[in-house]
Amino acid sequence: MTKDILYNYTMHLADNALILAQRNSEWCGHGPVLEQDIAITNISLDLIGQARSLYQYAAELINAPSPSIGGGRGEATEDSLAYLRDVRQYKNCLLVEQPNGDWAQTILRQFFFSTYQYLLYQQLQKSTDDTLAAIAEKSLKEVTYHVRWSSEWVVRLGDGTPESHGRLENALEELWMYTGELFAPATYEAEAVTAGFGVEVSALKAAWEQKVNEIFGEATLPDAAAGGREGIYMQTGGKEGVHSEQLGYILAELQYMQRAYPGAEW
Amino acid sequence: MSVQELEKIFLDKIDQEIKIEPKDWMPDAYRKTLVRQISQHAHSEIVGMLPEGNWIGRAPSLKRKAILLAKVQDEAGHGLYLYSATETLGTTREQTIVDLHSGKAKYSSIFNYPTLTWADIGAVGWLVDGAAILNQVMLCRTSYGPYARAMVRICKEESFHQRQGFDILVALSKGTQEQRDMCQDAINRWWWPSLMMFGPHDSESTNSEQSTKWKIKRMSNDELRQKFVDMIAEQVKVLNMTLPDPHLKWNEQTNHYDFGEINWAEFWNVVKGNGPCNKQRLDARRKAWDEGAWVREAATAYAAKRKARAEKQEEKQIA
Amino acid sequence: MEIRLTKYYYGDIPEDKGGGSNTIKKTSSSSPNGGGRDGAGADWPLWEVFIRSKQGIDHKHVGSLHAADAQMAIENARDVYTRRMEGVSIWVVESKFIHASNPDEAASLYEPANDKVYRHPTFYDLPDELTHM
Repeated sequence: MTKDILYNYTMHLADNALILAQRNSEWCGHGPVLEQDIAITNISLDLIGQARSLYQYAAELINAPSPSIGGGRGEATEDSLAYLRDVRQYKNCLLVEQPNGDWAQTILRQFFFSTYQYLLYQQLQKSTDDTLAAIAEKSLKEVTYHVRWSSEWVVRLGDGTPESHGRLENALEELWMYTGELFAPATYEAEAVTAGFGVEVSALKAAWEQKVNEIFGEATLPDAAAGGREGIYMQTGGKEGVHSEQLGYILAELQYMQRAYPGAEW
Repeated sequence: MSVQELEKIFLDKIDQEIKIEPKDWMPDAYRKTLVRQISQHAHSEIVGMLPEGNWIGRAPSLKRKAILLAKVQDEAGHGLYLYSATETLGTTREQTIVDLHSGKAKYSSIFNYPTLTWADIGAVGWLVDGAAILNQVMLCRTSYGPYARAMVRICKEESFHQRQGFDILVALSKGTQEQRDMCQDAINRWWWPSLMMFGPHDSESTNSEQSTKWKIKRMSNDELRQKFVDMIAEQVKVLNMTLPDPHLKWNEQTNHYDFGEINWAEFWNVVKGNGPCNKQRLDARRKAWDEGAWVREAATAYAAKRKARAEKQEEKQIA
Repeated sequence: MEIRLTKYYYGDIPEDKGGGSNTIKKTSSSSPNGGGRDGAGADWPLWEVFIRSKQGIDHKHVGSLHAADAQMAIENARDVYTRRMEGVSIWVVESKFIHASNPDEAASLYEPANDKVYRHPTFYDLPDELTHM
């Protein structure tokens, strides 16, 4: 039972990292300037690395004998988990599957997510599950840089030109509704807290808002939850497998080879 | 000092294998040749990101995805080093890029071919990078200092690129019939274009002779091409695949492989812009540049504001 | 639109000696509401990057890059020049602030030092028995 929870929880963390990595990698070769093309690709590489560690751990869990998740057959791999599940089995939050849009939208998505991931991993380092704690600790160094990089870009765009300011505001319109889900625990997240190894995401919200507002202040934007956004309805469901229509297309691309040539080794 | 004297000093340095550095006197034609060659090289790295980037999203495993992403990112870095080398010659990166976008500057024609299957990523790594590396190793000893230093750095980083390509093909060659077919098909399509990468025959090449005299290039097109054929003709055996050339045969007399004639009509056609992807490649680069304009501008505006604020702060402190 | 480029970077030489024209035709269109400034979205300044590869070693020039400000230059340097963990410390300096010696004066600057062979350790002919010096 605890293992089911641990598996679901790990898969959720892995899916978040993979889907955002996949999105960011779309920039490779198309960035606004070479140096930033390289920077966003670095973030993508960091996230793929995190996803791989987490999927490998999840595969270990599922391969060990455990009747409840039909495991014990030793067949799961990081790739079978990433490439052979469909939309409803994916547990990433809605935020990370949203389209890249323009540079402002990509930056803001990264800033929202990295700030959340930073707070999350900070707590997860202390998890009673040693593997998750170790992955969190290692990833935290990378995420610290992602927060710094994306924060600076938010400030640059917000306090740059009228056009960049306007584009950042548009991005905020597009993305704000997906931020609530980060702090609304999915079933397995709540269970993971009870089981002792998970992080209570609702408790991260205050610190997240504080950081966001601090950076928004520098970026000459109003507070995140102000400016007409107070009552905006927060979309949820991704973490439970009910996604936006975006994810199907992401998986169609991501999984194309494994689906077209079942069972082949690459 | 007269131009003749300056030129003599310059040529003496070349003879003595002393690198030419940015502030040294150099003939106009040497500078022009370098700017043309280095910027072409830089553009090739950047445009070369596109055909491989085409498969990042579809890479068949997470490991392959990470490797491919890192490799394409390296190419961005290599383009950057090379643009920096052209800047030491007094040509800004923006100017160089504008020349690419206007169609004035060329890049390696190989990147105007499409990557249709995953096997193409393997073939590009093995054949295209393999051909590029031969050229680049030679250029590590080129006479212009900044270019040579950029090439040393690039060669160091590129060492894994060709291997990853070959490794992809090895996996395919050991796979299912479908995978082996895919592998052979990719080799068939990429073989001739990669031979074309070395450029026209020595007898036809207008730039080669002077470049060799100045030690910008240190081996001729045909010499490099032969070296490549000899290398690949052996490696292809490891894959149990073949090269699509009925004339390919070991020659005991020359100790080299003989090979068939390149389709030069196709070569010139692609150079002129009629390759399968010429338009798409340039369009993609222009789009990235144009859509990035507001981003670059915002960062510039912000930097100016921040500087002004810092200066104001300083004034206050002094007052 | 014709733009006259008057940027000089270190290592550059004056246009009258240079190859090619520095006048370019601007072909790429800047964004429609980009403020209409000349050179909108133009090159960020050029920076020279120096990296200390490990503690106890000098910073070494590794190359250059473009960035809007120093902060960004350091981050770009991290992303561009330390992709393989090549550094522990990064310095950046805007290229225009680097003053280079003139190669024509190289003789007067460096040749006197050539006479001072006693500055070089190989000047001293020491007994072979002596080790570790």
